[in-house]
Amino acid sequence: MSKLRVDHLSKSFKSLPALKDVSADFGEGEVVCLIGPNGSGKTTFIKSILGLVIPDAGEIFVSNHLIDGSWNYRRGIGYMPQINRFPDNIKVRQVFEMIKDIRRHRGELDEQLYSEFQLNNIAEKRMSTLSGGMRQKVNAALSFLFNPDILILDEPTAGLDPAASELLKEKIISSRANEKLILITTHNMNDVDELADKVMLLTDGSLKFFGSPAELKSQTQTEKLSSALIKAYAENGHV
Amino acid sequence: MVTFKVLKYVVYDVLRSRMVIAYALLLFIFSYALFYLESDPSKSVLSLLNIILLLVPLVSIIFGTIHFYNSKEFIEMLLAQPMSRRSIFFSEFFGLSMSLTVALLFGVGIPAIVFGFNSNSLFLILIGTLLTFIFVAISIWSAVITNDKAKGIGISLLLWFYFAILYDGIVLLILFYFSDYPMEKVMMTLTALNPIDLGRILMLLRLDVSALMGYTGAVFQKFLGTSSGTITALSLLILWFIAPLYFGNRFFGKKDL
Repeated sequence: MSKLRVDHLSKSFKSLPALKDVSADFGEGEVVCLIGPNGSGKTTFIKSILGLVIPDAGEIFVSNHLIDGSWNYRRGIGYMPQINRFPDNIKVRQVFEMIKDIRRHRGELDEQLYSEFQLNNIAEKRMSTLSGGMRQKVNAALSFLFNPDILILDEPTAGLDPAASELLKEKIISSRANEKLILITTHNMNDVDELADKVMLLTDGSLKFFGSPAELKSQTQTEKLSSALIKAYAENGHV
Repeated sequence: MVTFKVLKYVVYDVLRSRMVIAYALLLFIFSYALFYLESDPSKSVLSLLNIILLLVPLVSIIFGTIHFYNSKEFIEMLLAQPMSRRSIFFSEFFGLSMSLTVALLFGVGIPAIVFGFNSNSLFLILIGTLLTFIFVAISIWSAVITNDKAKGIGISLLLWFYFAILYDGIVLLILFYFSDYPMEKVMMTLTALNPIDLGRILMLLRLDVSALMGYTGAVFQKFLGTSSGTITALSLLILWFIAPLYFGNRFFGKKDL
C-alpha cells in the first residue's frame, strides 16, 4: 500500500530550480535513503512533504489523501530536523509536554528512545545548555514518540555519538518491521548500506535514480555502494 | 485552541530572557525616579509619557524582530506538527506582546501604585500596552517579509526612527512650506499615520494640557473635542495593530520556510 506518493513535484526559489518534476511512490515497511550532493534538493523535498515549502507544481499524497494546504495529515508524520532550536529558556521536560499538548495523541506513546537515551536525566535542563548531540537525542525521541506511520529523519546520525546512533538505527529497523515508512536523508554511506531498502538519488533537483541499492550497484557496475554513488554523482558533474 | 498551548511556552521563554528583565528594570527605575522626584503625580506621568513613547516602541520592535528570527527553527518544528500556520503566527505574536506588556506592568505599574495610583497612570499604562502590541505586530510583519535577519532588523530600526524621530520633522516641514493653506485636515490625516503621535495625543487630551499638545494635538482637540478625539485616536491605534497582523499573517501563510 502506498504511504506517500509524490507526483511531478517542482519548486524553484526565485527562478533557481530546487526540484524538477520529481515523482516517487513509497510503500509501508520501507527504509528509503534520500541521497545526493549538497544543494541537490533533498531538504526542499522533505520540506514540501511537511508543508514547510509550498511547491510550484505537483501533488503530494499521504496515505492516498492529497495534501493541499491542510495540516491534519501531519498527525501521521514524525519529523527529526537537522538542526533544532527550541526556545532557549524552556526545559527538556517542557518541550515534551508542549509537543504532547499540541498533538493530543490518543494511542500509546512510544517512549523507547526517551528511556534509551536517558533523557530523564536532563529533563530539568534548559534547552540552551544542551550540546548539539543532546538536542539531536531530544529530536529523535520526539519524532518517534507518537507512533507515526511515516518518519522523516534529516541526517539523523550526523551529530549523535556512536552508541546513540546505533540505538537509533535499531529503532529504525524495528519500525520498518512495524510497517512504517522511514525516509532518511544522509551523507553517510555506511548508513545507506546498513539500512536502505531503496535509494533515492537527487542531483540538481532531478530524480536520477530510485530503486534498491543492488540495482544502483549493477547500473554503475561497481561493487561498493560508495563507489557507485561517486560514479553517479560524477556523471552529473559533481565531485 | 492550539494557539494557547504554544503561547504559554513562548511567554514562559520570553519572560526569562535577559533583555526583557533588563527592560522591566529600566522602566521601573525611570518610573520610580520620576514619581519620587516630582510631588505632583500628573506631572510625573507627563515626563514618563515621553520616555514610554520612545522606549516602548523601540524595545518592542527590536526585540520582536530578533525573537522572531531566533525562533526560525522552533517555528519550523511547530509547523511539522499538526498545527495550522495561523495558530503558530498568533501564538508568536501574542506570546511576545503579552510578555512585553507584563514587563511594562511591572516597570510602570508598581511605582505608580506605590506613589498613589490614579486614573492617569492607568491610562499611561494602557497607551504603553497598545504601543507594545502595535510595534510587536510591525516587528513580526517585517521579520516575516524578509528572510535576511540583518535586513529585517534594519527595516524595524528604520520604521522606529521614522515614527519616533523623523515624523515630527516631516510634519514641521510640511507646515512650514504650506503655511498659507488651511492644514487642519492634512494634519489630522498625518497624525493617523503615526501610532506614537496618536498615543501622545491620547494622553495629552486626557491630562488636558493644551500647551503641550503641539499642532496635531490641538487640531485633534479642536475638531473632535476631548471625548470623540479620544475615541478616534483609540480606534486608530487598534487599527494600527490589526493591519500589520493581517498582512503579516497572510504573507506567513504562503511563505517557504
